[in-house]
Amino acid sequence: MTSNPIMKLLKEPRWSPYLVGILLGVLSWITFATMNKALGTSTTMVRAAGGVERLVAPEHVDNEPYFVKYLGTAAEPKPVIEWQFALVIFLAIGAFVAATLSGKIKSEHVPDLWEQRFGPSRWFRYAAAFLGGMILIIGARMAGGCTSGHGLSGGMQLSTSGWIFMGAMFAGGLPTAALLYAGLRTKGGAS
Amino acid sequence: MNAWFADPTTLLLGAITGLFFGFLLQKGGVTNFNVIVNQFRLKDFTVLKVMMTAIIVGGLGIYAMRLIGMDVPLHIKGTALLANTLGGLIFGVGMVILGYCPGTAVAAIGAGSRHAIIGVLGMLVGAGIYAELYPWLKANILEVGSIGKVTIPEQIHISPFVLLIPLLIGAIVILPRLGKNASNPSRV
Repeated sequence: MTSNPIMKLLKEPRWSPYLVGILLGVLSWITFATMNKALGTSTTMVRAAGGVERLVAPEHVDNEPYFVKYLGTAAEPKPVIEWQFALVIFLAIGAFVAATLSGKIKSEHVPDLWEQRFGPSRWFRYAAAFLGGMILIIGARMAGGCTSGHGLSGGMQLSTSGWIFMGAMFAGGLPTAALLYAGLRTKGGAS
Repeated sequence: MNAWFADPTTLLLGAITGLFFGFLLQKGGVTNFNVIVNQFRLKDFTVLKVMMTAIIVGGLGIYAMRLIGMDVPLHIKGTALLANTLGGLIFGVGMVILGYCPGTAVAAIGAGSRHAIIGVLGMLVGAGIYAELYPWLKANILEVGSIGKVTIPEQIHISPFVLLIPLLIGAIVILPRLGKNASNPSRV
């Protein structure tokens, strides 16, 4: 019990989606107006993968036009760890702080919904997560962005690419969810 | 010169942005696997509510700042009809299998999700595979229907507010009617 309303809000495990949406919008105003940046995350996966390849096989990276595009060449390198990379690292820290404030960090190996449908095997869940991550990033890089770059940033700028991406994302995701979770009887959202 | 790090100010600004971004994703419940998958099962509309609200508020603010003459450059990504569509479809399939998108997966790691770590490893491998495929994709897929860095209001010659204001009214009317109760993250 705390009397400070701000502290009380910070300790709430879950905020209204509208409040969160409004604050994400305001965060975007700030990055656009003061940093000349738009929120995004998936390019960082390219920089991280290319950075690792640069460590183990630098000459190979020089022959990969896609990595050269983001990381330059060995002779003229561009930094691996830049604004968005720092953002992505601190995404985890921000979520950690938010979860810690509401006092409920617990390890999740197999999410409830997955377990109801596919059972409690950790390894099956890990294999699916790996495969899903691989598929998702190939799609994101082909499209030129993900839920944050195309969805949030592209969506708010009313960019044509962003809205096409969001439509396609649901067009791919809805039937996948229907197929994967067909026949599962849960209350789902309606509690 | 430095092959690894951008200047400290840039890194600090990125870190602060990420800190708030991750904090908000967690409080919004969208770092939760069940919430994301249930959006695609149409059982929980939290993801749509967060995204649409952020898009409308963000868009109104950014275009309002530009309207009053502030120097706020846009950051428009190129439109390529085939690549945006095909990439988005593939992304949607992967997102439902993983149960996160790239940003929410990284944030979920901070909030205790162990399988999200594996998901991010998959993303790194996927990025490496994409780099190998890139020359072929560039020659055959990426340029198809490429129309440059365009926005919808530019293309149809209207003010962005003519889209944003109806979007705002639509959101106020429709979003609260969708899935009255958000799924509780501790249950399904």
